[in-house]
Amino acid sequence: MTAEQASVSEREQKILGIIETARAKRAKFGDPHVTMAHGAGGKATQNMIEGLFVPAFGGRLAQLADAGELDIDGVTLALSTDAYVVKPLRFPGGSIGELAVNGTVNDLAVSGARARALSISLVLEEGLAAEQLRAETDAIASAAAAAGVQVIAGDTKVVERTRAEGMYICSTGLGRRDPRATLSPASLVPGDRILLSGSIGEHGMAIMLARGEFELAAAIESDTRSLWPAVDGLLGAAGKDLHCMRDATRGGVASVLNELARASSVAMYVRESAVPVKPAVAAAAEILGLDPLYVANEGKLLAFVAPHAAEDALAALRTVAGGEQAAEIGEVRGQPPGMVLLETGFGGRRVLDQLVGDPLPRIC
Amino acid sequence: MKFVDEFRDPALGRAAAGEILSLLEPGRHYKLMEVCGGHTHSIYRYGVDDLLPANVELVHGPGCPVCVLPMGRIDDGLAIAEQPGVIFTCFGDMMRVPGSRGSLLDARAAGADVRMVYSPLDALRIAEHNPQREVVFFAIGFETTAPSTALTLKRARADGVRNFSCMCSHVTIVPPLRALLESPDLRLDGFIGPGHVSTVVGARPFEFIPAEYGKPVVIAGFEPLDVLQAITMILAQLAEGRCEVENQYRRVVPYEGNPRALEVLGEVFELRPHFEWRGLGFISHSGLKLCEAYADLDAEVRFSVPGVRVADPKACQCGEVLKGVIKPWECKVFGTACTPDRPIGTCMVSSEGACAAYYNFGRFAREREVV
Repeated sequence: MTAEQASVSEREQKILGIIETARAKRAKFGDPHVTMAHGAGGKATQNMIEGLFVPAFGGRLAQLADAGELDIDGVTLALSTDAYVVKPLRFPGGSIGELAVNGTVNDLAVSGARARALSISLVLEEGLAAEQLRAETDAIASAAAAAGVQVIAGDTKVVERTRAEGMYICSTGLGRRDPRATLSPASLVPGDRILLSGSIGEHGMAIMLARGEFELAAAIESDTRSLWPAVDGLLGAAGKDLHCMRDATRGGVASVLNELARASSVAMYVRESAVPVKPAVAAAAEILGLDPLYVANEGKLLAFVAPHAAEDALAALRTVAGGEQAAEIGEVRGQPPGMVLLETGFGGRRVLDQLVGDPLPRIC
Repeated sequence: MKFVDEFRDPALGRAAAGEILSLLEPGRHYKLMEVCGGHTHSIYRYGVDDLLPANVELVHGPGCPVCVLPMGRIDDGLAIAEQPGVIFTCFGDMMRVPGSRGSLLDARAAGADVRMVYSPLDALRIAEHNPQREVVFFAIGFETTAPSTALTLKRARADGVRNFSCMCSHVTIVPPLRALLESPDLRLDGFIGPGHVSTVVGARPFEFIPAEYGKPVVIAGFEPLDVLQAITMILAQLAEGRCEVENQYRRVVPYEGNPRALEVLGEVFELRPHFEWRGLGFISHSGLKLCEAYADLDAEVRFSVPGVRVADPKACQCGEVLKGVIKPWECKVFGTACTPDRPIGTCMVSSEGACAAYYNFGRFAREREVV
């Protein structure tokens, strides 16, 4: 190697060092306005949460889990809350009321807690048809019954016409943590297998098509459902070997993997050909130029399981309704930390990056 | 998916990669430019570069119409978008590109009515539904998208839609290629020609590249196997001492292009004397504007725009990166003043730009070399 080559590679090392330092810097919320990107679940959202909310609220919020935990007199309770903003209110496979129940039940479920009680707050727009309100009330009631959870508190506000898209719903769920496993991103270790509970992209694609903005029609239904049966099965099959779970909602499977890789300083290695995608979803994504790995789901989870328990865990997932297509899609690795690598269906490898923002209309 | 999966077959991919190996001259380093941003996307999406030997390097060219718009042009768009009563429409990926004082997304957050459309006809439909508002379409793209803008303007004229206008930032492909080739420090061995542009202009306009500059061109499709096959064809030309325009994308691209689309372009547009490109500077006859007959639908005529040129920052070396003269990390501002969050130059704007890709994945690429 000549002296010139050596100095060039030293310079490259120096630059890479600068990038690493910049990456490791604490997230900062420095934008002058909230933009749609702050709601898209990518880098902007992360900067807002870690740069503004975590410093302000501190404590348990800093764990950034789907649900917060609290010990009261020896009992570990889990609490989760979510706001639902969906257009249109009804779409193939579900509606906003059903989402408001399942979404919160699922956030608790992937935290290892079965939901016991829900509170529901409705923000209604002046002029909303009573029929629609009645339909969503029924949807909330039947989803709650299906998930085995009671609605025990609620609130209603009405805002002037044009101040809301028909209705918004906030739901908060309370559950008790299941003692069969201790779930945390910190429990991820290289070698863990990554399980996906079924085919992806159906909810996000169903919503996009239901908006009718694309002059594109396909038989795609939202996958909204309670994930507790799947979680229950996993806890039974893998117990303590189940290390962590997440539901792959906004930002899809890719965003969850990036979040966890970053949170636990591990790498994720995913085989694209192993990821189940229904043909209609794949085709619609192709036409719209989207990658199903980034499209939202409302009834799919990722589970990280010790290798010797993976087979049993996968079998358990497949016996649950909606889990027939569950698959092992990859594994946790040590290097390079914080990165998600994808072996593409074509055979090349690339980084499966975090989204910067989302130029498309909000979908969930 | 039929007619798609066949072009993403990993076994065929491995075979093509093997053929590429057999065509290489030992010890020689090959630099090939994929002109079109669509190819960059495919290469990135399918990990095509990961299947290539280390001495075949792909250089991302100037064919991303979003990235090449200069800041001053975005500022002009922002000035229109911020006028009261205006609905400003554009393609989704245009919304994040920074001007000198923020992006269209920022303008929307500050109150401007900026809407994403998938087609210029969507913008025209918005105009028809909002007759009391002025609807402006920010038209961008090469000869690929220009015909759909032209047809939309013809439709607006025919339907008598008066509240619709177009801010035309369409560009043409040949002048920037010529500008690159004129550069004395250019280090490229061949070009993967732009498939979509060629469906309109055909293959003939690229004949000057082998004829005058001695570099092979292979017009390619956008599936990963298309790209690998095009690389094979370029390397075969180099190995056999041939130098010509070849058409790998024959299933879509006729050698003479699409005469009807070209006719519509000629009817609606005329060449600007010069147009500025981010990173490449002013290039003669490289941009389109609405011709005299359509001037009343020209947003730049209807609204006052600042039209101020915002110089690329002096330290930015995107031009050299595009020509393959330097690697991204050799640029003076790379990773310090210029980052994906706050991009300065074209190569950092899009996540597929050479600099952004290196910023995000450079470390991974280094580890790959060790593998």
